[in-house]
Amino acid sequence: MTMTGRVLCFVEHDDAGILDPSLRALTLARSLSSSSGRSLVAALVGEASAATIESLSKYAVSDAYEVSIEGLDGYSPAGWARAVLDIVESLGTSAVVASGTERGQEIMASIGAITGLAMAANCLSASWLEAGALQLSRQRWGGSLIEDAVLEGAPALLTVASDGVLAAPAETPIATTLHDVRTVANDLDRRVVVREWIARGGGVALANARVVVGGGRGVGSEEGFAAIDELANLLGAAVGVSRVVTSAGWRPHAQQVGQTGTKISPDLYLACGISGATQHLAGCRSAKHVVAINTDAEAPFLARADFALVGDLSVIVPAISEAIRLRTSS
Amino acid sequence: MNVLVCVKRVPMVGARIVLSPDAREVDVRQLGFTMSPHEECAVEEAVRIVEQRGGTASVMTLGPGEASEQLRDAASIGATHLVHLVTDGREWDAVATAEAIVNAVRALEEERGSYDLILFGNEAADTGDYQVGIRVAQALGRPSIGGIKHVALGEGTLEARREFRGGDEVYDIPLPCVIAVKEGINLPRYPSLPGRMRAKKMAIEEIPVEWRDGSLRTERLRIPVEPRERAEILGNGVEGVPALVALLEQWGILS
Amino acid sequence: MTTNQLTSMYEKLGIPDAERTSGGEAKRAVIIGAGIVGNSLAYHLARLGWRDLVLVDKGPMPNPGGSTGHASNFIFPVDYSKMMTELTADSTAQYKELGVFTESGGIEVARTEARSQELRRRMAAAKAWGIPCEMLSPEGVAKLVPYVDISIIIEGLYFPTVGVVDSLRAGTLMRERAQEMGALEVRANTEILGIDLTDDGERVRTVRTSSGDIDTDVVAVCCGVWSPKIAKMAGASIPLTPIVHQMISVGPIPLFADTVGEIVYPIVRDMDTNMYERQHGGDMEVGSYAHRPIIVNPEEIPSIEESALSPTEMPFTQDDFDPQLQDALELMPDLLGDERVGVRYAINGLISMTPDGHPLLGETPEVKGLWSVAASWIKEGPGIARAVAEWMDGDAPEIDLHEADIARFYDHQRTRVHVTARAREGFNKMYGIVHPAEQWESLRPTRLSPVYDRERDLGAFFYETMGWERPYWYESNAGLLQKYEGRLMEREAEWESRWWSPIINAEHLAMRDACGLTDLSAFVVMDVTGPGALGALQHLAVAQLDVPIGRVVYTSLLDERAGFKSDLTIMRLGHDHFRVVTGAHTGMTEKKWFVDHLPSDGSAQLSDLTSSWSTFGLWGPRARDILAKCTSDDISHEGFPFATCRTIELGGVRVLASRISYIGELGWEIYVPIEEGAKAWDTIFAAGQEFGLVPVGIGVYATTGRLEKGYRALSSELTADFTIIEAGMARPTVKKQDFIGREAYLAQRDETPVAHLCTLTVNDHRSASGVARYMLGGEPIVSLEGERLVDGKGRPSYVTSAGSAPSLGKHILLSYLPTNVAEVGQQLMVEYMGESFPVTVDVVGSTPLFDPENLRVRS
Repeated sequence: MTMTGRVLCFVEHDDAGILDPSLRALTLARSLSSSSGRSLVAALVGEASAATIESLSKYAVSDAYEVSIEGLDGYSPAGWARAVLDIVESLGTSAVVASGTERGQEIMASIGAITGLAMAANCLSASWLEAGALQLSRQRWGGSLIEDAVLEGAPALLTVASDGVLAAPAETPIATTLHDVRTVANDLDRRVVVREWIARGGGVALANARVVVGGGRGVGSEEGFAAIDELANLLGAAVGVSRVVTSAGWRPHAQQVGQTGTKISPDLYLACGISGATQHLAGCRSAKHVVAINTDAEAPFLARADFALVGDLSVIVPAISEAIRLRTSS
Repeated sequence: MNVLVCVKRVPMVGARIVLSPDAREVDVRQLGFTMSPHEECAVEEAVRIVEQRGGTASVMTLGPGEASEQLRDAASIGATHLVHLVTDGREWDAVATAEAIVNAVRALEEERGSYDLILFGNEAADTGDYQVGIRVAQALGRPSIGGIKHVALGEGTLEARREFRGGDEVYDIPLPCVIAVKEGINLPRYPSLPGRMRAKKMAIEEIPVEWRDGSLRTERLRIPVEPRERAEILGNGVEGVPALVALLEQWGILS
Repeated sequence: MTTNQLTSMYEKLGIPDAERTSGGEAKRAVIIGAGIVGNSLAYHLARLGWRDLVLVDKGPMPNPGGSTGHASNFIFPVDYSKMMTELTADSTAQYKELGVFTESGGIEVARTEARSQELRRRMAAAKAWGIPCEMLSPEGVAKLVPYVDISIIIEGLYFPTVGVVDSLRAGTLMRERAQEMGALEVRANTEILGIDLTDDGERVRTVRTSSGDIDTDVVAVCCGVWSPKIAKMAGASIPLTPIVHQMISVGPIPLFADTVGEIVYPIVRDMDTNMYERQHGGDMEVGSYAHRPIIVNPEEIPSIEESALSPTEMPFTQDDFDPQLQDALELMPDLLGDERVGVRYAINGLISMTPDGHPLLGETPEVKGLWSVAASWIKEGPGIARAVAEWMDGDAPEIDLHEADIARFYDHQRTRVHVTARAREGFNKMYGIVHPAEQWESLRPTRLSPVYDRERDLGAFFYETMGWERPYWYESNAGLLQKYEGRLMEREAEWESRWWSPIINAEHLAMRDACGLTDLSAFVVMDVTGPGALGALQHLAVAQLDVPIGRVVYTSLLDERAGFKSDLTIMRLGHDHFRVVTGAHTGMTEKKWFVDHLPSDGSAQLSDLTSSWSTFGLWGPRARDILAKCTSDDISHEGFPFATCRTIELGGVRVLASRISYIGELGWEIYVPIEEGAKAWDTIFAAGQEFGLVPVGIGVYATTGRLEKGYRALSSELTADFTIIEAGMARPTVKKQDFIGREAYLAQRDETPVAHLCTLTVNDHRSASGVARYMLGGEPIVSLEGERLVDGKGRPSYVTSAGSAPSLGKHILLSYLPTNVAEVGQQLMVEYMGESFPVTVDVVGSTPLFDPENLRVRS
């Protein structure tokens, strides 16, 4: 079955290549194109690096549209959305897909706002129905629930859950044809433009940390976090906390893991005194290994952990630090 | 400054969400309700702005009659005006929600002047649509940005920051504008008892709204299958520590 | 990493394998529920030597999510119930021993004059039970709790020994102690799936859990609000309902910023608004029993995973609490009205509520081996656990638990409709001013005598006893008021005239002058039959039951410690046929006592015939004249002697007549099949008119009539903590056949008693303000100097029963007194409503004040 209208994926990238969430978006977008014989195309703002071009090819993108926006120094939600929409409209597109990042959501929502089309956020899968509608599954409640829904309207606008779809290249790469698209920013585009980017000082960034040491209500107090910090230091880990902890003012919100905090995907999540509320689970679903330290062998969070140490964390956590120090010194 | 905050009534769920028998909605019979966490922060931010700059902190919701509880919650921490777009309890999609808000904002602004700032939560806790604020901004022709975790008011502009790849992006946005904020922008206050008493007495302006079918149609909800088995116990107290260290080595976390 | 790899790693590291539980094993007892009660019970059973115990909870430790986890954890030591007071005292002692008790003091404040009076009544109860307290002026209150607006309070009652406990910690410590004794296995996060019974359906056999089956003979349901659901799995009922108690926590309170520890300021109970305010660290907890009763079905309590906080911390319903916020702000305007102080926590906490407000303790009457240990507050938990452990261990508990015995309920009281109706009605009375005679309003009428319509037409004022509508007096007798004017001891104070009428005393006098007809249909009637019947009853009763057929025996039943278990009459109707008759109030616990002690070989059976027989009492000097008009059978003194029973014709029906009396008059109890009850009543009523027969209510039967005769009542005078000897009911000899409590009773007889039950009368009823006051029971008896009277066993003297003696023109008080003051003529005082009234000891022992030679009953 061959159907008309390309599937377009908005791709975020940098010098090192395409960002992981966009690879996931490409994966879902490809499933929509390959199942229907549509071609997969990509839109990206700024010049594609060699690594990016290689990835486009690996993900079976036939055509990539590199947009440059004259008169715009940095990211502008409105400017970027307008530029992507121009491509969408000029190509004849049946679906537009972006990653479930801040920018991805924003650009798709803006396109939806301009066109009046619906937008489905954080999709996990999608497939074509007769008459061009999409049957899709998407995350709700930060991924604690899945919604099966039908999306009507052309083009279909959707974003892809960053912690729900695994990035997978095509079986056979294809050559990607690059197209330059030039556009000039208008006044509306320039109303909201990123002025600067300020690096965060110190510590390991939570979202990308390879190891996260988590602390929950069970830590007991602001002071109780000294032991957590110590262990995180030894492991080169970021500290992540539950919402209870930030609500109590023990720790800044920047360290909150969860639906309304940061979503993490470390190799190891070492969760200390965390009970396992939906809020929190929504943020650590992508952790590869989970070890829980809890007073109770039967705490709900232990159902989500691979391993557990049962007992008083104010005793166990310093003991782990001590064991690591001993090991290093010996 | 006149600030408007849009909030949504959502259930407070536990670690496991229970679905209605037809699996089309969350079973809320045993649940309490709140506004989405991001929106609690939006209300707090509005109240702080008004405390510093004077003006009004209005709060609007679109929802069933019971959503007046969330408006009163907002009032109890300092909201000055409450607006309720009363629905029959059905879930409105993002397009229709935005449209209803836009109509209400236009009507209210007609009557009492423009809102300098309209705040949304970044996304509703339940539906997670990530778009109502942007749609409202587009319809009103105002600039907007989402994901904001810091704002500072200037003269006629607002500095807003959000996290991006381990740092903070900084935006200067001309007023009036629409901002979607995230939890962490502030630590919302708890309502005081006098605040509660005031909230109880505060008038709520009700605006009728008409249901419109959306083009994203929910067929059913389901609970994702969690792949993990119950944890292996490494030991009680410190006796499990050596086993943990061995695992850290095995996983390459300790070299 | 696989489990095998892990196991080998354990071995390499020398770590023992994590403990695993396997199903299907046998255990001595399964304790379900790890709240304060379950943990305490595990400990106390272990202490008594029980081993192989298992404590199961569906939640995690140490807070599995029940009511213990959100309790406000404070302990006020006084209750009008002696049992509850004793359980609280024992619990407090246990909490102190565990090191989890912090004394804070507590104040009950009065905003109204009525409450002020009520606080004085509470003060008397406190004095009776030996609990320190003092009345404080508003200024006195302000000294202790400076944040109370004293302009709105009249006074406060200060209890210095009030304190708070860490109930979760207490539970953990008790659990750990039981584990240290090697007696207990703990299974957290283990769901109960079912309770299987033995093939005959009588006993528990297996508890099925999510971590395997456990075979056991004993299951203790300590599941708080979930108890009904768990008991139902075994086919038993635990009649309680979860009900919401709203609580908020506000803070941070600047005044508390520098206080050390959990609590420094006394807890305030704002009695008139049904609320309390209690410091908890930097916060103030405000709890309420004032909101509308919010009943939750036990089946609908969410699971741990489904709950936002915990299953018993349900979503707060703000609207219900709003009026209470206003009340709280009024009492503590500066502290709670501070704009910087916020509501940090607010819940609809679930607590257990029973139809009569008392706990539900003991083996369920439906299933052997299934014990209920439910509906306990934090303040009674450990005490209850200790008492029930003793009981499970085969002894009568040291604290008399009869008021809390789960066997006390009739079938209708176990229905969900009844439980919820009474819980709803009782909820707002939690801090209420509840009159001792106050009647329930819901679900009435439920149980009706066959002559209910006639009684209603006579203007009966009905009291409810265990569902039965019982006339307390009859307005149709109002005409007697004039006749007996001057002898009615009319009550002047509103409190004592509540739930009372001078007609009671008029009926009394009319009965003593002529005759009265009393409806006793609420009596519990049980036949014990079979070749083993005599032996079974001999084993239970103190009195000799090997008597001629047709004899009526009045006897006590004792527990293992020789405390009173029961007090009733038994008629021998045949060689192997006995009829047991007892009061409605205690009938069901007594029934269980009988059933539990029937011979295991099936040689005796018990049939509950309560719903087959109506009973009328016909008593008074003209009783024989009246009965003679209704029957041609021989009812002469010689032909129908005292303490005998026989079937006679009465009009067109046959009835069982029993010549005994609880009010000291000539007459009969007449047992008639229910469907013929109205006919019998009409026959007697018509025959009595010419002799001055009047309908007489229970007010006479239960109070005035019996008190004039010094007759003791079960639960009032006859309790588990006083002896037959002290009650003055010992006979010269003890029957040679063995019976429960005999050994202990013989030992008691060898001891010199340290107390005697005495009859006292009030010398002067005038209060300081010149109003005559009449005690209602429960008041402390003190020396002329106002000192508490305590006997050699530490038992205080208090009024066990009080009431008018119209024939004597006196107000009678019964009380156990220490031997040194138990002397006729001794002058003492009774404390009532904050004042002392002089009393005289008129009788030591059981000699009646009225008709001391008992000529009337034997005439």
